Amino acid sequence: MDRHVDRHQVLPPIVTAALPTALPVLPALRPLLPGNGLRRGGVVSVSGGPGATSLLLALLAGTSAVGGWCAVVNLPTLGPAAAAELGVDLERLVVVPSPGRRWAGVVAGLLDGFDVVAVRPPGRVGPGDARRLLGRARERGATLLTVGDWSGAGLRLSVSAPRWQGVGGEGRGRLRARCLTVRTQGRGAAAQPRLARLWLPAPGGGCTAAPAAPAAPFTESGGRAATTAAGTGS
Amino acid sequence: MQPGTPAAVVRADRVLTCSAAAGEQGVHRGLHRREAQRRCPGLVVLVEDPSGSAVAFERVLTVVERFVPAVEVIRPGVCACRSAGVSRYAGRRRSKAGDRSGDGSGGHLAEEYGNDVDLAGRLAAAVGHGCRVGIADGLFAAGLAARRGLVVQPGATREFLAPWPVRDTLGRPELADLLVRLGVDTLGDFAALPPGAVLSRFGPDGARAHRLARGLEERPLALRQRADGLTVSVELDPPVDRADRAAFAVKALADGLHERLAAHRLVCTRVAIEAVTERGERLVRLWRQDGTPASSTVAERMRWQLDSWISGAGDRSSGRPTSGLVLLRLTADEVTPDDGHQLDLWGATNETDERVARAVARVQGMLGVDAVTTAVPGGGRGPADRITWTVWGEPRVPRLPESAPWPGHIPSPSPATVHGEPVPAEITDGDGLVLAVSGRHALSAPPAWLSVAGGRRVPAVAWAGPWPVDERWWDPAGRRRLARLQVVTADGAARLLALRGGRWWVEAEYD
Repeated sequence: MDRHVDRHQVLPPIVTAALPTALPVLPALRPLLPGNGLRRGGVVSVSGGPGATSLLLALLAGTSAVGGWCAVVNLPTLGPAAAAELGVDLERLVVVPSPGRRWAGVVAGLLDGFDVVAVRPPGRVGPGDARRLLGRARERGATLLTVGDWSGAGLRLSVSAPRWQGVGGEGRGRLRARCLTVRTQGRGAAAQPRLARLWLPAPGGGCTAAPAAPAAPFTESGGRAATTAAGTGS
Repeated sequence: MQPGTPAAVVRADRVLTCSAAAGEQGVHRGLHRREAQRRCPGLVVLVEDPSGSAVAFERVLTVVERFVPAVEVIRPGVCACRSAGVSRYAGRRRSKAGDRSGDGSGGHLAEEYGNDVDLAGRLAAAVGHGCRVGIADGLFAAGLAARRGLVVQPGATREFLAPWPVRDTLGRPELADLLVRLGVDTLGDFAALPPGAVLSRFGPDGARAHRLARGLEERPLALRQRADGLTVSVELDPPVDRADRAAFAVKALADGLHERLAAHRLVCTRVAIEAVTERGERLVRLWRQDGTPASSTVAERMRWQLDSWISGAGDRSSGRPTSGLVLLRLTADEVTPDDGHQLDLWGATNETDERVARAVARVQGMLGVDAVTTAVPGGGRGPADRITWTVWGEPRVPRLPESAPWPGHIPSPSPATVHGEPVPAEITDGDGLVLAVSGRHALSAPPAWLSVAGGRRVPAVAWAGPWPVDERWWDPAGRRRLARLQVVTADGAARLLALRGGRWWVEAEYD
């Protein structure tokens, strides 16, 4: 091949854009995931009580911030403002709020073009559907995130022990930040269970790591609201 | 199809090209399909067939080449010629653009010549029916002139451009929307803004659009004096006599050129595709585009060229090649430094966008166009107000303007779950009475128990509020009075409740 290069310009080093094997995630989430990111072609399930949706959005944020495309299926109550605050670019987020019975076909179609597809299956997932979607994700190098349990998930994340900061028992202040415990469990490289404590959302927005073990969660009380474990007021 | 039928070729619900008959009724490139059908009720909508159009367009190109030496193709159906030319205005560059419609493929024919009006007539006659020709200084103005078939006096480009609206001319829909909202409706208004202010407000892309509106070239002329571009070539051994057998080499060439341009952070506006046969016959075709094309696009164009040349489409004076191809060469002409359009981690954005568009189109085929939505952030007070859900592909315009201050809006962090229809809830105090908010915006008693949608009661442990809102108090129909409250329950769940019409509702959950 003959090449002819313009010699007037100082040439910067050549940048090779190789396809990454793991999609990037926010720095606070890296210690939780094997390979420091979401494995392409894998399935990750997110479950647990309050905080699961925020964790899902935080997982999308890393990919979206570098230019990837994300899709969310069957989550009609998704709050896009929260997504934007965690770092998801709303111009590259596509939402299919009500796919109905054909949700598996919709997810399969989206796995073709999108880097991450998140879905909340409307009921029990048949093993045939699960296998087919896993195969499609692997083939296309896309990652499938599910809200709720998924039988073939390579990695399972669960949230627990939420503690809010910013409100107390007097009505002053406002919700500012929440501390969560995230546990991971999985197969293969993720076989070793991991645990991390995160601010999600963090006091300044976004998601950051939180130190140490939690204090007792909110105590039950009958009657008047208790002020314990409420954190600092505003 | 009859020659006079209005027709348009559509891709992803946007008009790509249209026939002259459709153009007369106001249809043009970039228009949404529904809008085009509204403007022209008898419009025949055709699906894009790029390779067929390219092969058909070869015929037009051969006709044009009889008049001018170097024809540049912009896309199948659109070509531009620029010649230093025998012009009565010595040294002045003039471009002409024309529209041609035939069997569903529209075309612009841009050319520069001395006796412009005369040439327009001769070209139109030579190319055939439906050819619209326009003449102006510069390619952008010529393209607009071709929509109406006008000849613009040299130097009068700026006056010609002034009355055109910004919306469908600049080819930048977001910038156009922003300009219209700022009150800049026409290209003349846009051109009147100072260039430094435009650059700082809208960035380099806006500055380029500003240059177009002022009648200047998109990139400063000085940079175009680069004589040498970037060239990649490959020798084919044994000689290839069928286009598909050269497919692998074509792809490798296109990738190689793309990598080289990306590595040096250059953008090229013109690509020359060249093929040479054993006996020395040469085919050169120039393609012009806006920014560096994806390597798949370049590979596709090379295949069309080779296809049409080898199969002998059009009455080329050089005729079909009599021997196999031995050399393929790609040259990037008119390279300029890249000024901000970054390639992302996944390579050329064009390919990614195409993949995404195809996936979305498939889902829309399954569920309907309205099933795929995207969120546009906007103004408003409640969490449901601040987001406008728009159908994918529609313009992203918020329902309420984001720029207004909206006092009393829900502060960040925003809730991750927002109920489109608020869920009824019951929040009671220690004595079991439902909470109320007094006229002085105080709760009747601290909350103790919360039950959502008739479910189990959970103790409430922390709360903030109430925050009263009285929206549109002057409008009896649109008035909304409510009080919002954030409540944290014993299980750690936090919710946003609203008291409206004497009842409590869950508006959102901080999930």
